[in-house]
Order: sequence, then structure tokens, then C-alpha cells
Amino acid sequence: MWGFYFNELMRSLPFFYKGLWMTVAVSGLSLIAGTIIGFIWGIMRASGSKILRSIIGAWVDLIRGTPFLVQVFIIFFILPSAGIELEAFPAAVIALSNLAACFICEIVAGGILAVPSGQREAATASGLSAYHQLRYIILPQALRTILPPLVGQFVLIVKDSSVVSAIGVVDITRVGWLTVQRIPEGLMVFGLVGILYFVICYPLINFSNFLERRMTVVSTRL
Amino acid sequence: MLEDFNFRVILEYMPLYLQCFLATIWLSAASLLGAILVGTIACAMRLSQSRAISRIAGIYIESIRSTPLLAQLYFFYFGLPSLGLMLPEWVTGIIALTLNSGAYYAEIIRAGIQAIPFGQIEAGISSGLSYFQRMRFIILPQALGMTIRPMLGQAIVLVKDSSLLSLISIVELTRAGQLLTSDRFMPAEGFLTTAAFYLIIYYMLKGFSSWSEKRLIFREAH
Repeated sequence: MWGFYFNELMRSLPFFYKGLWMTVAVSGLSLIAGTIIGFIWGIMRASGSKILRSIIGAWVDLIRGTPFLVQVFIIFFILPSAGIELEAFPAAVIALSNLAACFICEIVAGGILAVPSGQREAATASGLSAYHQLRYIILPQALRTILPPLVGQFVLIVKDSSVVSAIGVVDITRVGWLTVQRIPEGLMVFGLVGILYFVICYPLINFSNFLERRMTVVSTRL
Repeated sequence: MLEDFNFRVILEYMPLYLQCFLATIWLSAASLLGAILVGTIACAMRLSQSRAISRIAGIYIESIRSTPLLAQLYFFYFGLPSLGLMLPEWVTGIIALTLNSGAYYAEIIRAGIQAIPFGQIEAGISSGLSYFQRMRFIILPQALGMTIRPMLGQAIVLVKDSSLLSLISIVELTRAGQLLTSDRFMPAEGFLTTAAFYLIIYYMLKGFSSWSEKRLIFREAH
């Protein structure tokens, strides 16, 4: 039977490629949006007013304290009752972008706060404006601490994107779920699903580790 | 949006929620114990002198970390029956959660052990301590202090991950929200209550994390 099912599985490969494309689309869009929003929130969290900081902090806590699946359900099922009808795909991208933004916000804020305060004082003393301080003094140095965990975060986003299959986004996991109804060899079908995720995530994990090693070397030399 | 938020229905479903709250807690606690055990074994194997054993643990850790939990869950859920293993859903769920978090615990424990300066191990060897004595009196007490925070962080992730078990129809907190949604068409009441219960666990673990860190640093200073 294995041979027969294997051939069947090979014949539904195009279906899996479509799912792969969907996973890349959902997580790619969320990565871009999440990184931009996350940097803005992170900069505000590290240097904004006290009220702004605590609002962002409370929001990040709410998002980090609840499962992503519940967040997806809330956005997908509750927003329509507020008059905002969403298809599964935009709902998934919104939920995942928000999640990414919250985690990246913490990474960015941590990186900015790790820059010695003497740097900021020296920049102020040299008469740089707040924007120029951030652009030329703080961010370039903070980036060294931010980059490795940021890439590591990308891996988490790709993996979390599997959860949106629960609201019917046809990503790799959903394709696996649909295929296993037809080809009842769970190990084989989800083995293939796992391999497809592995192909995306493993290089990213190694890249993150590489960045971490590299950035540490640079900072110890200084 | 929430002007007709129905607290009466939440009160009516409260017994179900409390039951599901307990289910989430015991499912997570069982998986947590299993994961720490698996993680310790995998870490010991990873640090082993034998390259083959180290390689096996490495493959386990990397393949878990590069694939999403949901795919692993479906792998066991659909895969074990095709091997002739008919397990109840909750056993499958605990197996998947245990193996998933085990890989992360292995990495956390390894980071803790490797953070201990090699000079201390050498000092232990030259004082005539055996391997187990060094582990018991020098390495583990210090590693525990350093890893308690990431360990509790992973415990928070584990509790949130247990929400995915609702997708293989295990009755826990997220499932309670789904039941309220499908019985009464009240997704707002259902999922926001679910989220509130998860937040209770999150804030408790977070509070415990900062408390334990203070305590452990206090103890180390003496």
C-alpha cells in the first residue's frame, strides 16, 4: 500500500507547492508589516512618553499572554460583528503581523536600551536632533543586538503561520490536512509537510546563529 | 461591537470554562514535566562524547525547531493510527507537546550548562570530584539559576501551545470558546473569556518568573 500512497502523494505535489506559496505569502507579508510596525513601536517603547510606553507594554503583554490561535479566532469571528467583514487571508495576515510586531517591538526596545547612555548624551552634546541621534548614533549600534534575534523571530513567524490553517487558509498545513483525508498515511503526508517547513526554517535558523556569532565577535573586538 | 456583550451566557457557561481551565492546566503540567525530562535526556545526549549519540539528539532538536507544532501534532494524530497505534486524543496531544517543548528545553539547559566557565569544571576535576559530583554540586545549581527564566518562558509558550490541542478535538480552554461560538453564535463572549483565562495563567507565570529570579540572585550573592 505504501508504494501506491507514495505515488498518489507525488501526484498531489503541485497542491503542496500551492500551499508552500501560501505559507510564504502569509508569513512574508506579515514579516514586512510586522517588522515596520515593530520598529516603530519599539522606538516608541524605548524613548516615547510614559503613557505611550505603558500602552504599548500592556498591548504586548496581552498579545504575548494569549495563544495565537485564540487571537486568530478573535479577529476572524469577532471583527465581522463590528461590521468589518474579513476573508480568511487578510484576517490571517493582520493577526500574524500584529503578533510579529509585538515580538519585534520587544527586541528593538531591548536593543536600543542596550546602547550605552553616554552615546546618547554625546550626541545631544554635539547638537544632533532626536531624529539624527536615532538615525546615525543609536540605531546603527542597536542593530547589532537586534539583528540575530530578529532573524530568529522570522522563523517563529513562519512556524506560527501554520496556525492560520484553522480558519481555512490553504497553507502547507491545511494542504496536509486535506490530503490526509484522501491518502490515510499520516506519517508520510505530514512528513512531507514537515520537510517543506524545514526547507524554509532551517536555513533561517542557521543564518540567525551565524549572525549571532559574527555580531558577538565584532562587539568583543571593540 | 460589544454593546450587547452577554455576561449572562458567560456565567451560564462558567462551569464548562472552569473545567476546561483545569484541563488546560493539567495537560500543560503533564507535558511540562515530560518536556523537562525529555529535554534533560536530549541535552545529555547532545553533549555526549560519542558523535553518533550527539548527532541523533541534534537531528531531533533541529527537526523539532524547524517545523511548526501544528504539523507535528497532525503528524502524530494522523500518523500513529497508520502504525496501528490507536491512542486517545489527549495522549497524542501530550506526546506532541512533550516532544516539541523537550527540544527547546534541551537547548535551554545546554545554554545554561555551557555558560559555566570551564575553569570551574577544571577546579572540580583537580579537587577530585567525580563527574556526578561536579554535575550535582558545581554545574547544575548554577545552571538552574541561569536558566530558570527561559525555562518559565518556555512554560508560558507551552501553555499557549496547548490551545492547538483544540484542533484535534481535545476539550480545553480554546475548545470551550469554540463550543460557545457554535452553540450560541457568540464568538465575542466565547473567545474573549478564553483569552482572559489564558491571561490569568500568563500573569501568574510571569510574576513567578520575576519573583524566582530575585530569589535566586539573592541566594547566589550570599
